[in-house]
Amino acid sequence: MLPFIRLGPFLLQAPGLALLAGLWLGSSLAEKEAQRLELDTAAVNNLIFLGLVVGIAGARLAYAARYLNAYLANPLSLLALTPATLSPDIGLAIGVAFAAWFGHRHGLRLRPALDALAPGLAVFGVSFGVAHFLNGDAFGAPARLPWSIYLWDDYRHPSQVYEIVAALLIFVVAWKRPLGQPGAGLNFLLVVGLSAAARVFLEAFRGDSIIWAGGLRAAQVVGLLVLAGALWGLKTWALPAAGPQGGET
Amino acid sequence: MAFLLGVGGLWTFLSRVPPASGAGGAPPASAREGFSAPDFTLDLLGGGQTTLSKLRGRVVIVNLWTSWCPPCRAEMPAIQAAYVANKSRGLEVVAVNSTVQDSEADAAAFAHELGLTFPIALDRTGAVSARYLLRALPSSFFIDRRGLIRSVVIGGPMSPAVIQSKITDLLDEAP
Repeated sequence: MLPFIRLGPFLLQAPGLALLAGLWLGSSLAEKEAQRLELDTAAVNNLIFLGLVVGIAGARLAYAARYLNAYLANPLSLLALTPATLSPDIGLAIGVAFAAWFGHRHGLRLRPALDALAPGLAVFGVSFGVAHFLNGDAFGAPARLPWSIYLWDDYRHPSQVYEIVAALLIFVVAWKRPLGQPGAGLNFLLVVGLSAAARVFLEAFRGDSIIWAGGLRAAQVVGLLVLAGALWGLKTWALPAAGPQGGET
Repeated sequence: MAFLLGVGGLWTFLSRVPPASGAGGAPPASAREGFSAPDFTLDLLGGGQTTLSKLRGRVVIVNLWTSWCPPCRAEMPAIQAAYVANKSRGLEVVAVNSTVQDSEADAAAFAHELGLTFPIALDRTGAVSARYLLRALPSSFFIDRRGLIRSVVIGGPMSPAVIQSKITDLLDEAP
């Protein structure tokens, strides 16, 4: 665990650096894929960058909306750098919605655009796992195994390492594009489906799961739904009649 | 497709969390959200002692600081304001001075200069700083009435809105 790196008077958040590195690598890969798929690379880059900015702003505004009186009394706090005052789920939804709107407005074709993003998403998944490892987040359930790590006052499954390994494997698959049909959206659905399957499997080793009724782990249930959606999409979009071009976003 | 989903569903069912594991009392102590706040007893600036577990039933901000740390100095007035505004609702602040890397005289001068009215605890050995995995100053732990850490803010300075947003839900919870 290495949550912070001190450089003189500056305190750098190591997980944040890992995410930035993943974003840079991911967007570079997306640009490369966009070129290969003959998409407007500038539009794809802007989609990623603006989607991220809008997502972060949305996450902060959603958090502030929950504590409206506090932020109305002190509006400059909206600019605080602390990541502890973000609503990440809502920010993600806002960022994705904005990216979809942006892509539609700039005439990006849906399926090729999704395929262009696929390897980048996969590599971002690796950096997400590294960020979890550095921060001690997404920690494992207590377990006495030869490969257990000592974290948060107990020996635990190295769930972050499992996450990184799974994300690396998904990246390799995304890079190889085993389903062919470039631009048909299948590579994107493959990345989504494999990521959901990995989450369903690996969540069982986590020690911080959100538990729903009957002891079910929320992430597994949601992962199963996403997996079902991805499998259905793969089946539908793989049909020859669907064609490789698809509709617009 | 059905096979894959079936295997996933079976795995989800098999790996569900047994009810007994959620009813075993308080979570273990560790300096992280979702865990019980590690207990400590420290001498106070000006005399007396404070024990964290004796504050159970109140919402507690444990703030680790030193007098020479600029963000610690910058956020302390906001913590004092939050303390004054919410003390009657059950807010307690324990400002743990990391005395092992500061001096009691400087800590006292700092508290006097800012007119701090909450308890200033002295971590002379660094044991509490170590138990709370202090890596950056200031570090703040927001602890609910049951003694669970609900939020952690590393670094600073925290603005008044950040502090208020972190304690609002906790103060609203029933004692």
